[in-house]
Amino acid sequence: MKRQLPLILLFLFGAFMVFQYFVPHESSEFFYEFVALDWPPIIGVFALSLGIISLIRMSAKRVRTRTPDWGYSVVTLAGLASMIVAGLPWFGGQESPVYKWEFQYIMQSILPTMFALLSFFIASAAYRAFRARSAVASVLLVSAFIVMIRFFPMGPLSIPAASTASWLLNVPNLAAKRAITIGVGLGIVSTALKVVLGIERSYLGRD
Amino acid sequence: MDWGSVISTTIAAFLTLAIFSFLYKDNPFYKFAEHLVVGVTAGYWVVIFYYTVVMPNIIERLQQGKWWYVIPLCLGILMWTRLVPKWTWISRYPLALYLGVATGAAIPLEMKAKVVEHLNGSVALVTYMHSPQATTGGIINNVIILLGLVAALIYFFFSKEHKGAIGLIAKVGIVVLMVGFGASFGFTVMARVSLLIDRFQFLVFTWLNAASWLPWYYWYTHN
Amino acid sequence: MTVFEKMFALDRRWIYLVLGLSVLISLVIPFTVPIPISQEARNIYNYVDSLKAGDVIHLAIDYDPSTIAELHPMSLSILRQCFDKKIKVVVTALHPNGPVMTAMLLDTAVARHFARTGERMKRGIDYVFLGYKPYPALIILGMGQNYRIPFPTDYYNVPVDSLPMMAHVRNLTDVRAVLNVSGTSGTDYWITYGNGRYGVPLALGLTGVMASDYYPYMQTHQIFGLLGGLKGAAEYEELVGAPGRAVEGMKVQVVAHMVIILFIIAGNVGYFAIPKSQRRRLT
Repeated sequence: MKRQLPLILLFLFGAFMVFQYFVPHESSEFFYEFVALDWPPIIGVFALSLGIISLIRMSAKRVRTRTPDWGYSVVTLAGLASMIVAGLPWFGGQESPVYKWEFQYIMQSILPTMFALLSFFIASAAYRAFRARSAVASVLLVSAFIVMIRFFPMGPLSIPAASTASWLLNVPNLAAKRAITIGVGLGIVSTALKVVLGIERSYLGRD
Repeated sequence: MDWGSVISTTIAAFLTLAIFSFLYKDNPFYKFAEHLVVGVTAGYWVVIFYYTVVMPNIIERLQQGKWWYVIPLCLGILMWTRLVPKWTWISRYPLALYLGVATGAAIPLEMKAKVVEHLNGSVALVTYMHSPQATTGGIINNVIILLGLVAALIYFFFSKEHKGAIGLIAKVGIVVLMVGFGASFGFTVMARVSLLIDRFQFLVFTWLNAASWLPWYYWYTHN
Repeated sequence: MTVFEKMFALDRRWIYLVLGLSVLISLVIPFTVPIPISQEARNIYNYVDSLKAGDVIHLAIDYDPSTIAELHPMSLSILRQCFDKKIKVVVTALHPNGPVMTAMLLDTAVARHFARTGERMKRGIDYVFLGYKPYPALIILGMGQNYRIPFPTDYYNVPVDSLPMMAHVRNLTDVRAVLNVSGTSGTDYWITYGNGRYGVPLALGLTGVMASDYYPYMQTHQIFGLLGGLKGAAEYEELVGAPGRAVEGMKVQVVAHMVIILFIIAGNVGYFAIPKSQRRRLT
């Protein structure tokens, strides 16, 4: 009941999906369309909500127990509450001006800036780590250099620079990325098989 | 620009600068902005999930008399048993449905898209060499791709020790992979700088444009 | 400390300052750089250009505000080309942070088209925004069967069956192509499930971080075009004849890349000029 039945259920759904791919018969299409593809997103939204519930519980606990820097958890909870209130149907739901304002001026300012910070870190990392210590490191350096200068305005050298970069991306880079893609593909398929066949069970957690 | 825009963009600029202040060191302004965005994003998700899934895919369908949507709704609610350690096992049922469908769909399609198609593509490189359209340059490129691919795949093959001929081919594989990683690095630099440019475009052209009463801005736009 | 020692062990904050100033200064100084057009970008432009008025394409916007800088210019240029050619567009946003951003993006594209041509593109007739659903792999498979399975209503809660544009669009086989502008693993799902199962022609507009990983898919014809990062966005802006933020950003990219290359050179010169024994002391 606790372990075997979910494993059997998972196997049946997994086997059905594989079977349906190879034999897309009308009779299997019904189950495929109206259960297999329609229900998981509904279940999924509840799974995703677990993260939000955990965030609320964790932040509330930090405020309640007055752990160091608990004030920031108040900021988190206030931000969360303000967004939910702004999105209530009486205020216009997704079209609510406050909801859109918070998205535009808070999320759309902070999220890209957090990633923009990485430009400084990548410059610093390139300076520290990108050194021609060995032949292999030199290959990495030269390859990066060719890709980085491909759009530099260098007069008559611009076209050869762009062509070299294009060759590098479409020939040796293609070989490297194809090897990785095939490896990733085989990894995904073998893991999926292990899950369907009940060999991989870590997602079940402990009893 | 009206005062509403000036205040809004000034708040956005303050939050942008608060995040940038992390470059000097961790500080309360950064922590404030970081915690604020976590909360606002979580609240945003609640609203999005409600209006894009709960309402159209559950509530409205039930209102239309499609009673069978009670089943996925109940399965979804069972996911919340994960919050109570004693009842966590119940959440395995909805999880089994989702994982079964997702992994079952992945097995043939991932095999096709990531393995079979790429092996087909590699075979096409060989057939090209025998075709009347083949050029010397094209043949050389295809040979490089095929040898590079084999070498890189052998590098990833750990069931046999990388010694002798295998070791030599694996070394060539490392070189090929380094070319790929170098290309990725070159592109990554561009990606990160793009984000920085965007934030500076916002600070210089949007925010300061909103605050165009600043004397230096007047000087900049009139010179 | 000698010059080489300084070159070897520069404080990271100097690097931050120089990079920041170089971006800021190059942004406010007016100059332009040429944008060479790659074949991968031209393929997408030519494909869309070859479509007839009334054809439908699917614009899959799978990114969030964190990658807006690179990907918004691509989406805006694609929408401009589609609106100009009267190609109808089905839009989805399969990243949870994407739907509000995409709704705003569509408003901007419609407003710009109206300002330029005086023609107002109508929601439900010229374009449809279906919005967001969780788990992109299964949503793509659902759209491959019937758009109405995952999306009974559009983003604005209007039933999809009541949208005139969707009257002849049942599933992915009814669209001429999917143009996936993405900063997430959604791209893999479009390749595996959209193209893999339903054979829909697919082109990608990707962040720079992802771009180089997808070149093998060009050779296998699983995708027919690829826009990589801000350069790809700038190329498409040039192709549609509307240079904007991406083209403007490329001049800054050149300067920022030069600065980073100079730092790498300085680091290497310092590394080789300093005896091995002293390197540890300095780091």
